[in-house]
Amino acid sequence: MITATQAPEKYLEIFDQFGSRTASHPHWLQSLRQDAFARFSETGFPTTHDEDWRFTNVAAVASTPFELAASATVSREQLEPFGASQFACCLVFVNGLFSGELSTLRPLPKGVTVGSLAAQIKNDPATLEPHLGRYLNIPRDVFAALNTSLMGDGVYVHVPRGVVVEIPIYVLYVTVPGATPTMNHPRNLIVAEENSQVTVVEDYVSMGEGITFSNAATELVAGDNANVSHYMIVREGDQAYNFSTLRIQQGRHANVATHSLLLSGALVRNNVHPVLAGEGSECLINGLFMANGRQHMDNYMLVEHASPHCDSRQFYNGILNGQSHGVFHGRIIVHKDAQKTDAKQTNRNLLLSDDAQIDTKPQLEIYADDVKCTHGATIGQFDDNALFYLRSRGLAEAAARHVLLLAFANECLDRMNSPQLRDHLEKLVVAGMPEAATFAGPRLGEGAERNWEEVG
Amino acid sequence: MSLLEIKNLHASVNGNEILKGIDLTVNPGEVHSIMGPNGSGKSTLAQVLARRESYEVTAGSIMFDGKDLLEMKPEDAACEGLFMAFQYPVEIPGISNAYFLRAALNAVLKYRGQDEMDAIDFLPLLKEKMRLLEMDERFLNRPVNEGFSGGEKKRNEIVQMAVLEPKLAVLDETDSGLDIDALKIVAKGVNAMRNKNRAMVLVTHYQRLLDYIVPDFVHVLVNGRIVKSGGPELALELEEKGYSWTEAEPAGARR
Ligand SMILES: Nc1ncnc2c1ncn2[C@@H]1O[C@H](COP(=O)(O)OP(=O)(O)OP(=O)(O)O)[C@@H](O)[C@H]1O
Ligand SMILES: [Mg+2]
Repeated sequence: MITATQAPEKYLEIFDQFGSRTASHPHWLQSLRQDAFARFSETGFPTTHDEDWRFTNVAAVASTPFELAASATVSREQLEPFGASQFACCLVFVNGLFSGELSTLRPLPKGVTVGSLAAQIKNDPATLEPHLGRYLNIPRDVFAALNTSLMGDGVYVHVPRGVVVEIPIYVLYVTVPGATPTMNHPRNLIVAEENSQVTVVEDYVSMGEGITFSNAATELVAGDNANVSHYMIVREGDQAYNFSTLRIQQGRHANVATHSLLLSGALVRNNVHPVLAGEGSECLINGLFMANGRQHMDNYMLVEHASPHCDSRQFYNGILNGQSHGVFHGRIIVHKDAQKTDAKQTNRNLLLSDDAQIDTKPQLEIYADDVKCTHGATIGQFDDNALFYLRSRGLAEAAARHVLLLAFANECLDRMNSPQLRDHLEKLVVAGMPEAATFAGPRLGEGAERNWEEVG
Repeated sequence: MSLLEIKNLHASVNGNEILKGIDLTVNPGEVHSIMGPNGSGKSTLAQVLARRESYEVTAGSIMFDGKDLLEMKPEDAACEGLFMAFQYPVEIPGISNAYFLRAALNAVLKYRGQDEMDAIDFLPLLKEKMRLLEMDERFLNRPVNEGFSGGEKKRNEIVQMAVLEPKLAVLDETDSGLDIDALKIVAKGVNAMRNKNRAMVLVTHYQRLLDYIVPDFVHVLVNGRIVKSGGPELALELEEKGYSWTEAEPAGARR
């Protein structure tokens, strides 16, 4: 195994090349990138001795000689199977480059900006300066540092005060593997001002097989009383490393819901880091991960309560099959001033095979004295009583298992309550189910009507 | 031909023999009640009939509608028309009642070579059955049994029976824990389903239920054997005297 510290030298070359392409960027952005790279070089890739990486070995990523992905041509027909074109507002990035041709941008409410971040950097960087790179914890998070150093294109969303965007903004990130290992560092910025409302979907897919590394970072700013939903879908190939960091900054009474759906990839690391900075803000952190074969899926939650009267709710369900390995690390920090915090965390896991493995770890750091924090984790197999109950009503064993899997997934899907996305997400989940082929039952969502408060 | 014919049934759980030679014949249209003290094997008998695999049949035979029930898996028995209402109905979070019941009904219809039902046809049917059991429509959308009260769970079992229209219904203590109003509702639901082709086996501790659903036969199960059989008057006698006197009698009063 190569030592993790060797890797940054290779990255220096890439960083220098990349720098020549971004020479026209404003000074603040260049120094942001330089500082981030300095940090990355200093730290290098983490090892399993690092507490935050205890259950996930990134040696394979560290030792692979990735090059920045070259542009690739993709047709609309080729994208059809991904089901993203049904969305009226759909942005497509191929190997990190925005494709105007493949994207559809329906007229959005007045004043709303949705487009390529790279274009925004070129055309009007001053609008980005207050936010871009201001929230990610670059000293702490080496992958965020690497992303910032080699910042690729991604979506830029800006919703002005009081504006409601009804349709979801769907962003499809297509990775086309090359003959040799390639990487890409998608970077997104979502700014929802006071009293605004918006839903953004990030969907990471691969076309074909090959070794790839996608290291995305998203900064999401929810102003006072803003209402923002964010979806992260990962369904990349069997040789894809998919890392992502979602950093959320919430103002007073801002209400944010983050939903993750991890469906495939060789190694997936899903970092979600909301900071409830404004009093009375609320965050729902909801996720479903389904791993097969030798896939490894790691969910690292860092929920920071920084102000009084904030609520956070974490619900993650894992379905682990084959020899897969799942991780749920749920860290909650309640800062000194965050009195009346109400934080809840639940991680439920279903192990479908003897060789599947899950590591689940709550980590509560509480510095305020008047708070309510609860956490719980379960690891189990199919419930025999439930299986028998279903079978006694006529469902064949495979169908009964499938129903129980759907039921388990549905706990998370039901919280993903965008009516426009529901069908699409459900299809993705059903397609990813280990026993999907054996049973075509009625629509899963039939009559389902649960909200996350009830589930708690 | 009898609908259910149990002969010399012996069954064990984890190596302990619980049923020690049961003989019972049920004809279409009949209602049988099985009474007996706690732990006597009533639920075991019900679970064996529903083909729970953890209950091992060590001897004897069960014919159901002319077929060997012991050859059937739980789903086969259900599709052949056997329904057991659970003493402790299972909660299944994440699946709505409506979804679950349509999946079940379609499995049964498919097995019988009939057309499956889509949601549009199914919903009115389900609503009608729920009205019969005086269950609010919001239970359609609630996850199966999750957070239901004891009485609601029992009524939900009968709703399921009403949807699936079995040939033989085995109701395991469906009356336990019900207040008198709920008991009347359940009894009304069950009575509405009585007909000349459908048979029922009611497992109960209480004669009270039998005031509302009058059985044709009453059997007393003690320590894994049917020690006494009779008409509805036997239930009254049991209510008055308890079970101990039945055991004293020679175990030949079966069948
Ligand atoms: N899964 C099991 N493992 C071990 N013993 C069991 C199991 N199920 C039942 N038994 C035992 O079998 C015996 C009969 O149980 P059963 O549930 O059939 O009684 P019952 O007549 O239904 O009682 P009740 O009136 O309390 O419902 C009891 O002694 C019980 O403890
Ligand atoms: Mg019992």
